Amino acid sequence: MNHSIEVKNLHVSIDGQAILKGFNLTIPKGEVHALMGPNGTGKSTLAKVMAGHEDYIVESGEVLLDGVNILGQEPDEISHAGLFLAFQYPMEIPGVSIANFIRAAKQARLPEGEEINAIEYYKELYAKMDALKMDRKFTARSLNEGFSGGEKKRCEILQMAMLDPKYCVMDETDSGLDIDALRIVSEGVNLMRSEDRAFLVITHYQRLLDYIVPDVVHVMFDGRIVHSGDKELAKELESKGYDWVKEAFATASA
Amino acid sequence: MNTSLETSTKTLSAKEPSWLAERRSAGLDRFKNLAMPTARAEEWRFASVGKLSIDNFNPVVAPSSATLDALTERSNLVSDRAGLMVYVDDAPANFECIGPELAKQGVIYLPISEAVEQHPDLMEKYFLQESTELGSQKFFGLHAATVKAGAMLYVPKGVEIEKPFVNYYWTSGGRAAVFPHTLIIAEDNSKASVVDIFFSETKDNEALNISVSNIHAGANAHVFRKVVQDWNEKTVSFQLDTTVADRDAQVKNVAVNIGAERARFENQTRIKGAGADVKMYSLTVAEGTQEFDQRTYQTHKAPNAVSDLLYKNALLDNSRTIFSGLIKVAEGAQQTDAYQTNRNLLLDPSADANALPGLEILANDVRCSHGATTGNVDKEELFYMMQRGIPQRVAMQLMVFGFFEEVIEKIDSEELVENLRQLIHQKFSGKIS
Repeated sequence: MNHSIEVKNLHVSIDGQAILKGFNLTIPKGEVHALMGPNGTGKSTLAKVMAGHEDYIVESGEVLLDGVNILGQEPDEISHAGLFLAFQYPMEIPGVSIANFIRAAKQARLPEGEEINAIEYYKELYAKMDALKMDRKFTARSLNEGFSGGEKKRCEILQMAMLDPKYCVMDETDSGLDIDALRIVSEGVNLMRSEDRAFLVITHYQRLLDYIVPDVVHVMFDGRIVHSGDKELAKELESKGYDWVKEAFATASA
Repeated sequence: MNTSLETSTKTLSAKEPSWLAERRSAGLDRFKNLAMPTARAEEWRFASVGKLSIDNFNPVVAPSSATLDALTERSNLVSDRAGLMVYVDDAPANFECIGPELAKQGVIYLPISEAVEQHPDLMEKYFLQESTELGSQKFFGLHAATVKAGAMLYVPKGVEIEKPFVNYYWTSGGRAAVFPHTLIIAEDNSKASVVDIFFSETKDNEALNISVSNIHAGANAHVFRKVVQDWNEKTVSFQLDTTVADRDAQVKNVAVNIGAERARFENQTRIKGAGADVKMYSLTVAEGTQEFDQRTYQTHKAPNAVSDLLYKNALLDNSRTIFSGLIKVAEGAQQTDAYQTNRNLLLDPSADANALPGLEILANDVRCSHGATTGNVDKEELFYMMQRGIPQRVAMQLMVFGFFEEVIEKIDSEELVENLRQLIHQKFSGKIS
């Protein structure tokens, strides 16, 4: 078995309203899966539930990382288990610099009493910023505060690269990006593609998948995956529009 | 009425000059004649005055020389300095006087008592001449009657000193009442920096502090005062501070407030000369059942001047803060820029932050603003930080330091900033869970 991320029959609700209704997904290591679908269909909910957000109520089901169920764990524990969520809307944290923030995140992964090597840390940080074409002066700036959309998303990829996760969930990383920013962000992701890492790329638009070419494309509607295919499916979706999904699958899910 | 404190004042005035004896006796009268504050008084609104008592405190007993040495050893927050004074229970423990260079330029840095003897004219002009008018007049009276410990810094015209003068005021004995005093006189075109540090020897020696500091900034003088208050939580503290700013003077006050069971702050800024610029920054970490009661008053009596106040409070547990600020702009003080901001971060739902910002403007061409906000830790920010693997306790600390950064960044000494971070960190360790 080489199953990296497995979501099994996941039912999730918020404020008494069902959002995920028997969601199933398996992403083997080394693969990139895209999850597409109309707004309000549960894509972001899935991402937040996987990361341990406390607002959602898991009615039933499992999220397994290499066979270990992480549902019910605290967000920091899930992070330590190797899951990274690139946020659709990264938070602005006033007064906390990027350098100190990532450092705290790396420090939290070390055994008690062990201190991070500052010189090594900055060497790695600068190298990864250079690769993402980020100005080194950014390290002293407050996290995401006053950043443009593109800068925020690049900062997400920087964090992902620095924390070296095994399971990457990217929630609409392309939203609000122009083509240049999209290209840089995608290059950052492509550099991290490897045999022992699994990606779930959530997006509303096919455009992103020209840059991050997925192994599998899933179509989500009304709380579950209704159709899967190869990368050509994304193009079909783009040309037919999401109304096609609604028409084709509304009856099936009813 | 505290008779033992009163009696102790009588022995002081015997060998002092008559002007000082008169100020002491006026102070004592004020202390005796004014009533204890009540919750009905606007100046004490929201404060737990019912719990306020100064009856159980005693005149200080001289500490042992071992205690003086040990606390001198611990007076190590700022190593690069122009002078140092350490007091323990108002007794002198250590004094690093100024070097010959500064002495030659006419700089004076002396214990209050010696300054009275050696520079009576200067002291008559400035000592105990300014007090806050924010509700603690009674306590100022007791201070005036009793004060014997403190530092006097005089910087003559045109003399600029970069390194700070550092004054430590420790409490040590059982239920000691201390009355530290810092007097800063910066003449025209001079520059001076002072750090006042209030510490307790142990976690549980009870104490009462009634301290006064007065800054007199002459024309175009630059004064920077930093205050670190980290009393233990068995201390009742009053800090009654004033700034008088003459024409084009630039004064910056930064206060870091960590300790005390109940701490009352009165800070009065008097803009006397046109073009003066006074900044007042403060950060407070409140925990347990601590109460921090902050009253401020910015008065503009001359045009084209700036005063800017930013007080930030982070509250844990059942702690309380009260901020009450008033800006008053006199009729002729046109082109005034006066600002006042109070921001409170509640880390626990049971903490309680009160804010009473106020303006009184008689001039018609001014820019003034006042505002207060109180907010909780943002849950989504916390989720974001924890998603990166940062434990909740550390994430909240990072957020609090982030919240304080705006104030901390005003402090010009990296060593002091690092030491302050440690003090704040210690206060948090094991607290946020």
